[in-house]
Amino acid sequence: MTNNILLVGVGGQGTILASKLLTIGLLESGYDVKMSEIHGMSQRGGSVSSHVRYGDKVESPVIELGGADILVSFEKMEALRYLNYLKPNGIVVVNDFEINSMPILSGKLDYPENAVEVLKSKAKTIVIDGAKEAETIGNSKVMNVILLGTIIKSMKLEDIDWDKILRDNIKPKLIDINLKALEVGMNLV
Amino acid sequence: MKKLMTGNEAIARGAYEAGVRYASAYPGTPSTEILENVALYKDDILAEWANNEKVALEAAIGASMAGARALASMKHVGVNVAADPLFTVSYTGVYGGMVLVSADEPGQHSSQNEQDNRNYAKFAKIPMLEPSDSQESKDMTKVAFDISEKYNTPVLIRMTTRVCHSKGTVECLDREEKAIIEYKKDINKYVTVPAVARKLRVKVEERQKELLEFSNSTELNYMEWNDTKVGVISSGVCYSYAKEVFGNTASYLKLGYTQPLPTEKIKEFCSKVEKIYVIEENDPYIEEQVRVLGFECYGNNLFPAYGEMLPEVIRQAVFGEIKPNVEYDEKEVVSRPPTLCAGCPHRGFYHELGKRKNVLMSGDIGCYSLAFSEPYNAVDQNICMGSSISVGHGAQQVFNMNENNKMRVVSCLGDSTFFHTGINSLIDVIYNNSNTVNVILDNRITGMTGHQENPGSGYTLQGEKTVELDIEAIVKALGFKNVITINPNDLKAVKHALDWALSLDEPSVIITRWPCVLKKFSPEDKEEFSTAFKSKCIVDEEKCIGCKACIRTGCPAISFDKISKKSKIDQDSCVGCEVCLQVCPVKAIRKVEA
Repeated sequence: MTNNILLVGVGGQGTILASKLLTIGLLESGYDVKMSEIHGMSQRGGSVSSHVRYGDKVESPVIELGGADILVSFEKMEALRYLNYLKPNGIVVVNDFEINSMPILSGKLDYPENAVEVLKSKAKTIVIDGAKEAETIGNSKVMNVILLGTIIKSMKLEDIDWDKILRDNIKPKLIDINLKALEVGMNLV
Repeated sequence: MKKLMTGNEAIARGAYEAGVRYASAYPGTPSTEILENVALYKDDILAEWANNEKVALEAAIGASMAGARALASMKHVGVNVAADPLFTVSYTGVYGGMVLVSADEPGQHSSQNEQDNRNYAKFAKIPMLEPSDSQESKDMTKVAFDISEKYNTPVLIRMTTRVCHSKGTVECLDREEKAIIEYKKDINKYVTVPAVARKLRVKVEERQKELLEFSNSTELNYMEWNDTKVGVISSGVCYSYAKEVFGNTASYLKLGYTQPLPTEKIKEFCSKVEKIYVIEENDPYIEEQVRVLGFECYGNNLFPAYGEMLPEVIRQAVFGEIKPNVEYDEKEVVSRPPTLCAGCPHRGFYHELGKRKNVLMSGDIGCYSLAFSEPYNAVDQNICMGSSISVGHGAQQVFNMNENNKMRVVSCLGDSTFFHTGINSLIDVIYNNSNTVNVILDNRITGMTGHQENPGSGYTLQGEKTVELDIEAIVKALGFKNVITINPNDLKAVKHALDWALSLDEPSVIITRWPCVLKKFSPEDKEEFSTAFKSKCIVDEEKCIGCKACIRTGCPAISFDKISKKSKIDQDSCVGCEVCLQVCPVKAIRKVEA
């Protein structure tokens, strides 16, 4: 059986680092892993997605529409954008965070109202305030690792030695704060 | 040791393990990371950015001629630029093995067309491999070099975006050193005057026959037998998609080596299965061969002729429905189009250019192509790399045929695009004397593809200090008398430069010089642009009259609050370029030290 995790957000939010750590952990614990993301113009504030798939043998590197077990969105509107990737009984973990896109910034269109309520009406949804949690820890940039923590808990991957994965892949001076962020994330779910 | 690698990293690893000594490329999505990763094997491989794809392939041809294994990589449209040498190196063959990697873009995530470069392998009569994942990307790169040397031919590896950018596990092995073959002059191999080339032409056909035998016998083309009611023929990432959808309910003919196609294996497979699906992206390349061999199949008559052949696309076409999912109308979500970054040096220039009337704004390939949209509306065309100047030239010549002509052309391209092929176009302008305004947006780096060095940066791919080409000096040396260099963040300077250039009835060049906001500064940048990105702009709410002039600069750091009817600048993303400050009619925006 192949498990499917879809991470989405906005360019610059750190989805790529989160999915990188996740895939390294999955690989080291013996799973076959494939991960796919589209680069290109994402650095210019575009919508980004990382598809992470793992199991005994993974075929396609991309998750099929209706194939995601969990949709983890670093931004509210992006959760709505990718909702059709979710299985009918799948879980949404959404960061209660808004990033306005250009049509909203310029006052032409409005940010979708009640995004969280819409998500809740469609799927089992866990809302977290990643920005607030990150601020409590003391660094706004660890929001992505907090979200990684929520994935690990939701997908029952706590047995993997995440401590080691983080230590091996993060700059020494940022390890402690990221370990804390991971713990906070795991406790949010 | 097993590692997670993208297909691009795996190609680089394959080149390393195959003993490659020389590699050259021009950056282009989705191929860029191939050379960036080859460059990391600094002790063993000389890796270089060429100024365009033709130059990259020719440099690889030279390296092979001098006896080393050599690699060139590029995006699909880059092969068009490199097509001239490609077709003839097919005749000459190689000394050291030579591989060309073409990264195609089904779905056009970051490209202007969706051409299928498998046609190039057939057209140039050279062997082709199509990896479907990272492990195969590495393995096939090594096989490609062996085929190249055994059959005396360049080899094409056809990648696609998903193979390039997806990660999978790769078993890494040691490098096998390949000694550089001693150079031997052979005019009957490399001097393609007609008398020689006609003989080489015959050899190419003989080689095709040998390659057909190889195609039919190699394990790169294999069958997987399950139920024989359904047979799937596929190559590249489409094979993975097909396995996802059909699993063990179908038999497969998996094609890894696809020029020439294995006609005998196709016949064997097709005669043993009842219903045949040919699943491939872009053109019906395999399907046509299946039909020529006399087998009816489902291909272009069932699947879309364009876009990616993703699992849901196959499922919809074959079974008439996609998997049940959680539905939400994407149209109700506000789009998130890519924008010029806060502090982008193109903003000031395009803000001024967009105001001009009776101007054809000839654009090019790069971040600045985003200026086609609101609020700038300042790009009329961008056909291909370097086309801004030459398309603009042709348009101006025709406009000028009208006695009462008011139309002028302003052609704009970036520094790397100028070095790529724009420089050729500029030669055409000065030689044939059109009164076009030619703008080189020099942001000191190849921006769009993620910051690669270029001939104007002063550094090579592997970090060596080198000559920094001086664009202004080049343009003057070409014979342009009217040349001005400005800071694009200074709106008065931009306006003045455009007024001046448009007042002339002869060719002119405007160079804007300011670094990309995302650029990692070199010591030279730190000196030249010591004031860059060191301040912020803020709105004085008392003074703001809500006129939205600052919003119309299209800066993603500025937002308009509908309730207070005031503009606001996000202090985290503002870098103090001061474009908004200059457009505010009531001086409500001021600069503060960061």
